[in-house]
Amino acid sequence: MLKSAKPPSAGHKRMSMRQREAMMGFLFIAPAMVGLLVFYALPTLRAAQISLTDWNLLRAPRFVALSNYEKLWADETFWESLRLTLLYVVYNIPVQTVLALFIAVLADRLARQVWVRAVIIAPYLISNVVAALIWLLMLDPLIGMTNVFLDAIGVAKQSFLSSPDQAMISVAGINIWRHVGFTALLFYAGLQAIPRDLYEAARLDGARELQMFRTITLPLLRPVMVFVLVTSVIGSFQIFDTIAVTTAGGPAGSTKVVMFYIYETAFKFSKMGLASSMSMVLFFILIAVTMVQMRLMRSDQSDLG
Amino acid sequence: MTNPALARVAGYAALIVLAIISLLPVWVALKTALTLPNDFFSSASSLVPPTFTLQNFARVLGFETDIVLTSAQAAPINFGLALRNSVIYAGLLVTGQLFFSALAAYAFARLRFPGRDVLFVAFLSATMIPSIVLFIPNFVLIRELGLINTFAGMVAPNILMVPFAVFFLRQFFISSPKELEEAARLEGLSHFQIFWHIALPLQRGPMATLAILLSINAWNDFFWPFLVGREDSVRPLAVALAEFQSQTGQGQPDWTGLMAAVMLSIIPILFLLAFFGRRIVESLQTSGMK
Repeated sequence: MLKSAKPPSAGHKRMSMRQREAMMGFLFIAPAMVGLLVFYALPTLRAAQISLTDWNLLRAPRFVALSNYEKLWADETFWESLRLTLLYVVYNIPVQTVLALFIAVLADRLARQVWVRAVIIAPYLISNVVAALIWLLMLDPLIGMTNVFLDAIGVAKQSFLSSPDQAMISVAGINIWRHVGFTALLFYAGLQAIPRDLYEAARLDGARELQMFRTITLPLLRPVMVFVLVTSVIGSFQIFDTIAVTTAGGPAGSTKVVMFYIYETAFKFSKMGLASSMSMVLFFILIAVTMVQMRLMRSDQSDLG
Repeated sequence: MTNPALARVAGYAALIVLAIISLLPVWVALKTALTLPNDFFSSASSLVPPTFTLQNFARVLGFETDIVLTSAQAAPINFGLALRNSVIYAGLLVTGQLFFSALAAYAFARLRFPGRDVLFVAFLSATMIPSIVLFIPNFVLIRELGLINTFAGMVAPNILMVPFAVFFLRQFFISSPKELEEAARLEGLSHFQIFWHIALPLQRGPMATLAILLSINAWNDFFWPFLVGREDSVRPLAVALAEFQSQTGQGQPDWTGLMAAVMLSIIPILFLLAFFGRRIVESLQTSGMK
């Protein structure tokens, strides 16, 4: 009674500066908070929930407990898609990381002009779809420029994306082409943080380039390396765009990676529950892989002191 | 590596080769886009178009309709419309992302409220949830809201927050001087007025950088629009390009037309890179540093 009898402005004034600041703080982050809850936090729970149902989007979902996971266990295509995903990661990550490191060191030593880095980064600013389309033309067995070059240097023509043996390597090559510049740029930034006098001192002690690279550059680059490896491994486990555009999982299923299989299961065959159970399995694999990576990197660090 | 001069020459040579590998495919795409469809197969191994033409661009934008596409299966795709859709999609998305991220970043940097630091960590860790988990439930939600094939549905999941953007802007708000804001507070300005009229204008540079990066991302977005925005009226360029290709099936696509469309989608990015190269390079460079 007493409260409502007071004019509203008095109540407003009684709110201390502190309280008003806190209220405004919550208001300011409210949109982002809604985004976090509605499109990140709750969907994670919902993915787990959908994975326990049989659901084709048309009828109401039917609770089936763990039977989707049992189906997965027996699904050879799923295991094969996991194997192919791993194969892609193995083709992609080592080459990309080593090449990026090489580019970063070269640019750091020989060409620190911004435009050099702009050229290196250019493919990364192009979308996956466009990169895939351009390389579809470049790698075309009959009219592609890649075979023209191979022919010119006396190497036999290859069939690239249309051969089951070469399709996955070709997809990895396309993604390395697009992504290596960005990784190199991150390494380059890491190299700038290493004090130059370390190299001077080592050089006075008679150290060679390779020795300095091993004892100074690599250890001090570790934080960037952890970031690069964790994010690029998580990313390449979810490879989709390039495959959707170039091979659509073919030829003969040779590029049907897990993300593509999940997409097909959900949107071609309308099995939302089964597809979600695959997502959950991959989620746990990604958590495990990330934890192992962090552990390995940290133990390395303590060794070197 | 006994001879340092020789090593330098080898290093430069390697850089030049890498630069060529980096740019040559884009050049080949441009060359193909400038080639007459009938000249395409005979000039496939050439690095310059035999006769220079803008006909493919005109065709792709719908100015010329009398030229028959070489690929029989492919339905003509209106790339002019897709270009418009890309502009609407990226414009909406980036405007919202900038505004909402700046609001949140300012609150996390300047305003004191209970649980602030815990919430900030929660925001950053959202980046760790992979899209492979999120895309099915988010699709289901957008479908339940009746937003399939609408711009609203296409921008909804990412317009309200970009963890990287919140993190990025918060750094700049923290390191800018407080005095001006405190003075404004004594003058009786509200928190929002201070944010909008004083704090935000000081961050014009970082906001512009962020706008460029977010625009490139939005322009390149594929997977989510591919799931929820496939109808002609909302379909952006990246999705239209991918679909054009998949309709071709086993035959040879209309390469000269396709590459003209590809170039249309790259040109805005090349412009940004030419004018804001330093800004783009330097901001991407810091994205791996903590």
